[in-house]
Amino acid sequence: MATAGDAGIRLQILEKMILSRRFEDQITELAEEQGRLPGMQILATGQEAAVAAVLALQDDDVIVTNHRSHAHILARGADPNTLMAEIMGKESGVNHGKSGTLHLIVPEVNVLMTSTVVGAAPPLAAGAAFAQQYTESGAITAVFFGDGAAAEGSVHEAMNLAGVWKLPLLFICENNCWAGAQSYQEHCSVGNIASRAGSYGMPGDLVNGNDADDVLKTARDLAARCREGKGPALMELATYRMHGHGEFDKQHYVDPEELKEWAARDPLTMYRKRLTEEGVATAEQIESMEQEAARIVEEAVRFAEESPYPAPEAVLDHVWAEARATR
Amino acid sequence: MREMHTGVAIREALTLAMEQDERVFLAGEGIGTSIHDNPLMPTYGLLEKFGSKRVKDTPVSEAAIAGLAVGASNMGLLPVVEIMFFPFMTLASDMVVNHAAKLRYLSGGKSAFPLTVRVKAGLFPAGCQHCHNLEAWMAHVPGLKMTFASNPADAKGLLLSAIFDPDPVIVVEDMGLYFMLGEAPEGDVRVPLGKARIARQGTDATVVAYGGAVHTAMAAAGMLEAEGVSLEVIDLRTLVPLDKETVLESLGRTGRLVTVHDATRFCGYGAELAAIAAEEGFASLKAPVRRVAAPNTPAPFTPPQVEYYKPGAEDVVEAVRSIL
Ligand SMILES: Cc1ncc(C[n+]2csc(CCOP(=O)(O)OP(=O)(O)O)c2C)c(N)n1
Repeated sequence: MATAGDAGIRLQILEKMILSRRFEDQITELAEEQGRLPGMQILATGQEAAVAAVLALQDDDVIVTNHRSHAHILARGADPNTLMAEIMGKESGVNHGKSGTLHLIVPEVNVLMTSTVVGAAPPLAAGAAFAQQYTESGAITAVFFGDGAAAEGSVHEAMNLAGVWKLPLLFICENNCWAGAQSYQEHCSVGNIASRAGSYGMPGDLVNGNDADDVLKTARDLAARCREGKGPALMELATYRMHGHGEFDKQHYVDPEELKEWAARDPLTMYRKRLTEEGVATAEQIESMEQEAARIVEEAVRFAEESPYPAPEAVLDHVWAEARATR
Repeated sequence: MREMHTGVAIREALTLAMEQDERVFLAGEGIGTSIHDNPLMPTYGLLEKFGSKRVKDTPVSEAAIAGLAVGASNMGLLPVVEIMFFPFMTLASDMVVNHAAKLRYLSGGKSAFPLTVRVKAGLFPAGCQHCHNLEAWMAHVPGLKMTFASNPADAKGLLLSAIFDPDPVIVVEDMGLYFMLGEAPEGDVRVPLGKARIARQGTDATVVAYGGAVHTAMAAAGMLEAEGVSLEVIDLRTLVPLDKETVLESLGRTGRLVTVHDATRFCGYGAELAAIAAEEGFASLKAPVRRVAAPNTPAPFTPPQVEYYKPGAEDVVEAVRSIL
């Protein structure tokens, strides 16, 4: 498990978890104030321990993610200002207002691609991992997908290809128990997704996805394996989606008892408590992380709200490398 | 006639078909238990009414959903499956394009695929992986039929015809219309596939539209009327088979044609209409055909660009003026 030498990275994990929670709580507030955010907002609230998997990677490793990406991207160190601006559809947004919350792409920090087509991320990631293998770069790709996505054929096809070609690809399934309004039991015929790894010749580890130390350890081990050329690996984070599928979704189909049980296992509360008890972080340190996160997020909202929308005609830009598209 | 929302009218068609015929079943992602707790959504309450044998929430697997429809229809059932958003037809397309549309032909007429695929379409702020009007792709595939209703009565009547049609039918539903009120008849009143409707009679130019774009065309007709210009508006209702006769007859009366759709322009459905006018209605044409459509870009997310992208009544008015 975590060792004395891990204090630095564990503090970083806690810091990013705090930032992600604050960032998304702010989005929840904005979503409730009609008109301040366009579109739907899909949050990772309750799934922040995944941050540890991101921090287990090296900077030159590549991430491919999906519609539930805020925690991954913030953990990579992307600029919260331009992320918030993008979520608001502003010109200063990281994708010039073309993406919104769903397809945030930040190549500067090696968030290579994001797809909101469920199940599309793994085959795209196989391509990225192939390029890393081909160029002998020594880097690996980590791909995030949901338990619902694991039902798509594309995910199985990507796992098979990665297994056969021994691609440096770490599959990370965030099993948050839901896909839209369908529970995990409704779309998966076996107890867990990690066990599918055997069919594709790779190791598959099921971890407590609300325990950042568990996530860190397993992600490190499996990433090291990928890096050594031993082929792909699969890790499944058993976690829970605390908000609905979009902030308008009040989860009428969820048993409130289930929500309560998972709230008692909140990954952020648990990690904060553990690091304090172990003397890794002091209460003052944590308090200052909270304040810093609040400041960063406040600044991001100010930046985003003060930024103008892109010009309407800019809808014609970015279709091609050079020329504008036609009306 | 009674007024109802389009979403409710669609549910009436599904309910009537299921009550009438045990072979009808529904399948799709979240069609039973949905994240939308909204009685205006088409499949709201159907799981409670018909049970989980006939209303099936599927895993997120469009190929499996479409394959299910192809296999079950070939065995004599009447599947009505839902593809959540139009872009995800690309994932269902192997089953729909290479199988549903082709296996009757390949069997020399021995096999039948009486399936219905309901596809939700529309421009909403989620970005272009959720919004993409692909009707021209689907219309290009021989063997598929396709409807695209503009109002509750047609949404209900066309869906009933589609469900009991012996061929695979893609039923495109403009999601914005779910929340629109309009008249709809009671009972099993069907709208035949392949019959367009003259939504408004006029003498100076013909505007051909379908789905939500019909309302754009009607708004333009209202604006032009104030200037003394009389527009005829045709609501196609079915894109395949196309009711060419109604279009050409109208063109014969007005001599001018404008097409309107929310899909992008290049190789869009309007191009087919323009080609038909040129090939078969050339003698009637007093001016070039004009197409009103979205620009040739993926659908935008940010509000000012959505506004710019979606063809509006002013665009239709301008197109008509340019050929008067
Ligand atoms: C191919 C495809 N089908 C359907 C959808 C609609 N959709 C968006 S998210 C989602 C559920 C995905 O569940 P899961 O993979 O478990 O991810 P989670 O949202 O739970 O993180 C669905 C069905 C989609 N975006 N793409």
